[in-house]
Amino acid sequence: MSKNKQTAGHKGAYSSQRKKEGEGRSCIRYRCGLTNTIQDVLNQRPGWVEVKDDGEWDFNWCDVGWLRENFDHSYMEEHVRISHFRNHYELTRKNLMVKNLKRYRKTLEREAGRLEAARCDFFPCTFVLPSEYHIFVEEFKRSPGSTWIMKPVARSQGKGIFLFRKLKDIIDWRKDGSRSEEQKDEAQVESYVAQRYIENPYLIAGRKFDLRVYVLVTSYIPLKAWLYRDGFARFSNTRFSLSSIDDQYVHLTNVAVQKTAPDYDPEKGCKWQMQQLRQYLTAKHGFETVQTLFKEIDNIFIRSLISVQKTIINDKHCFELYGYDILLDQDLKPWLIEVNASPSLTASSQEDYELKYRLLEDTLHIVDMEGRLTGKEKRVGGFDLMWNDGPVYTDVGLEALGSSCLVENTLLDLEKCSIASLAHQWILCSEWVPSE
Amino acid sequence: MLDESAELSVSITQIVQRLKGTHLHSQLEKQAKECLHKPEIKLETLKDDVRRLLKASGMTCLPPPRHPRAPPEHTKEPLAYMRKAQVNWEKRILKSLNSMCTELGIPLARKRPVPEQNELTNKWNEMGTDEPGNIETQSPCFHSDMLKVLVGLKNPNNERSEDLTVRSHWGLIQVSLNVRDIPQTREMYPELGLTYGQLGIDDHTHVPPVVSEHDSAAAQQYSRQGCPTGLRAQLWSLILNTTDDPEAITHYEQLKARVIHHDLLVDNLIYKDVKLTASNDDYYFVFEDYLYQVLLCFSRDTAVLEHFNYNCATPPKSCIQSKSGSEQCAVVYPPNGVIPFHGFSMYVAPLCFLYNEPSKLYSVFREMYIRYFFRLHSVSSHPSGIVSLCLQFERLLQTHLPQLFYHLREIGAQPLRIAFKWIVRAFSGYLSTDQLLLLWDRILGYDSLEIVAVLAAAVFAFRAENLMEVTSLASAEAVLADLSTLKVMPLLQIFLFATSV
Repeated sequence: MSKNKQTAGHKGAYSSQRKKEGEGRSCIRYRCGLTNTIQDVLNQRPGWVEVKDDGEWDFNWCDVGWLRENFDHSYMEEHVRISHFRNHYELTRKNLMVKNLKRYRKTLEREAGRLEAARCDFFPCTFVLPSEYHIFVEEFKRSPGSTWIMKPVARSQGKGIFLFRKLKDIIDWRKDGSRSEEQKDEAQVESYVAQRYIENPYLIAGRKFDLRVYVLVTSYIPLKAWLYRDGFARFSNTRFSLSSIDDQYVHLTNVAVQKTAPDYDPEKGCKWQMQQLRQYLTAKHGFETVQTLFKEIDNIFIRSLISVQKTIINDKHCFELYGYDILLDQDLKPWLIEVNASPSLTASSQEDYELKYRLLEDTLHIVDMEGRLTGKEKRVGGFDLMWNDGPVYTDVGLEALGSSCLVENTLLDLEKCSIASLAHQWILCSEWVPSE
Repeated sequence: MLDESAELSVSITQIVQRLKGTHLHSQLEKQAKECLHKPEIKLETLKDDVRRLLKASGMTCLPPPRHPRAPPEHTKEPLAYMRKAQVNWEKRILKSLNSMCTELGIPLARKRPVPEQNELTNKWNEMGTDEPGNIETQSPCFHSDMLKVLVGLKNPNNERSEDLTVRSHWGLIQVSLNVRDIPQTREMYPELGLTYGQLGIDDHTHVPPVVSEHDSAAAQQYSRQGCPTGLRAQLWSLILNTTDDPEAITHYEQLKARVIHHDLLVDNLIYKDVKLTASNDDYYFVFEDYLYQVLLCFSRDTAVLEHFNYNCATPPKSCIQSKSGSEQCAVVYPPNGVIPFHGFSMYVAPLCFLYNEPSKLYSVFREMYIRYFFRLHSVSSHPSGIVSLCLQFERLLQTHLPQLFYHLREIGAQPLRIAFKWIVRAFSGYLSTDQLLLLWDRILGYDSLEIVAVLAAAVFAFRAENLMEVTSLASAEAVLADLSTLKVMPLLQIFLFATSV
């Protein structure tokens, strides 16, 4: 593919001025590098037309590989949008994320004190290997008997991950193989992170689970981030026990890993929607505890984004949909496991398809190629504006009933209902609101 | 005469049991104590005097009116043709159980060898990982069989004309029972009125005093407007009078021991049911293990037999032979007298959301079963029985949505054929869990299953427009296939209070 030709936004036929009153482009050319749900969403969007190969595009949903090869050589008109930030890996590569978070924490401690910095203690003790090997060993020796998890920096879907309790296990591993200190191409060399394993995860009916939450960032400077209301909990198919640390099926909850587990039943689907989880936890622990928990989870998103705010190359053409993986421990403390720049958009079931379809559709609503939004919205589809260069406060009350913004409330299923119950429904939807 | 007093004392014991811990009970006690201080009381006639004085003070407790010579079955179910139908239904179930037994060559009950006992003890918390020995057992298609039985019910005293008129009943249930219509239902459920707030998911942080005062009757009243999610577990426990006391835990442990020692044929039915229903459900799959723990114990709980005092069904019996083969005696099989059927585990599954200590979960489920769920699979004329619920559903639909009913009838889609499965399961597995729990709040609050029939009609009313356009049973089923997005309370409120009558 010739790299020079990657221009987008051909000036002739279309005006590059976006009109505020909603009169946007009449036809939006898109390019899509993936063949899953996003393909359907783009295809079915009115007025959007696919262009292939070298055609000029206004919108590009690309994979990170394409980005790496082509971004730097592309000229993009003002209106053009692309689905990744150039150096997203500052947030999504485990070793870089850890580095950025640690640095942010230090700054915070210096500037705002211990207490404030403690709010960044949502990631388990982590060391990048091989560079931090020696400090890792010190920490390891300080807590004998604890379990650690080794994760390759740039892999996904649970590949290459293992647990260990003895240094011996990794000393052997370290000696073996072609780990080079030179990092010519980040994609090639496998750096690893060693992370303290959370040995007391919160279990439901004896099973471990993690949370997948979607966060859409449309700008880093200023930071504007949206939180999708419909996340889900992914369950491990087998009962949790620390006695079998070799059984990766027990410990890893990715759907990709679970699919290969011997007793995996594809009919079964091992996910709960976020509402369901919240219901369950509220019934167990009471409303306030769970409210606090979700506020703390919001805190994780915001602080992780702030920590890379200055490192990520901000570009008005870029937006990014992240998949956050959060784990709860038995004290209901949330931990950040990782951030994915390319969360899986392949659906595992009909319900999953619908969730991802809506997610992507709403993402496109926010990116707003059609120029329909006023810019003042706090809710678009299933997304709530979580951070807009500062915390966002919700307007609870009757305002939303009269508003004309694009609130497609997927929780409502009533054609005719009284105002009282409509307000009631609205309050139900506003349950998971950004922290104030 | 002996029979009467024995019967009476059973009733009284039951009533006393249920009254314990309630406000009414303490009031009665107080009144009775006051009576004791009156001068007219004599020790010899203490009982009669107290009774007389209580009556005079305005408190009476009358036994249900009946003929003094009526045998217990007649009290439980006064209509002869219903009793007969129930007996036939039971025969069918028993026959299928026996043929299963013969086919598989498994005994009805067998003592487990010690290694097997040990293995089961170790795996108690993860029985879901086991592949049960024989899930090829056929379980009868329960719903359709049961529906056939209900449809076939006929009151021999009625002459039925085949003409379809405005005045005839268009539905499948052809017996006339007294069921409530909308005006009467409004009177029964005033707290569902449009001006009453209904609790949804917006919990109050303020704990209502009913919880701290352990007031069961007040808790029941409270739950009529819904329970807050954070308090539902406690409130239901209060309403059902299940306690955390050591007795309950011991009882559960005993049942568990029975499961370990003996394997029952009906266990296979349980395994199959759980694997096919709850484990395949998007939300309940997580609780698979709990379901086994509850249901296997339930089958062995002879305390459940008490509910046959007011259940018109009869527990099935089996003959066991003594080792020498010379003697036979009849025992109830399974020990609790209830043969599980396809979908049975769905009565338990929603409760797993509220309780995760096994003995607590067990107690609540058992109480729910012996108060409500048993009525959903036995043939009786009780207002909360499955027959009445089906009839009520059909009548409500015919009265308030005649065009829809007629249309569906014409295209061969009798509404009950679609709604039956919802009613039998009290909507478990069809509504989303939070909505289901709101519905069950009202079942407990009003001590009646009628709300299930009303909701079924309300669902049809809600989707009436779409249903008017369909032209086959299959498409009608499709319109009503997915209820997971429905909000129960607005639907009920509109149907009951915003429909013109």
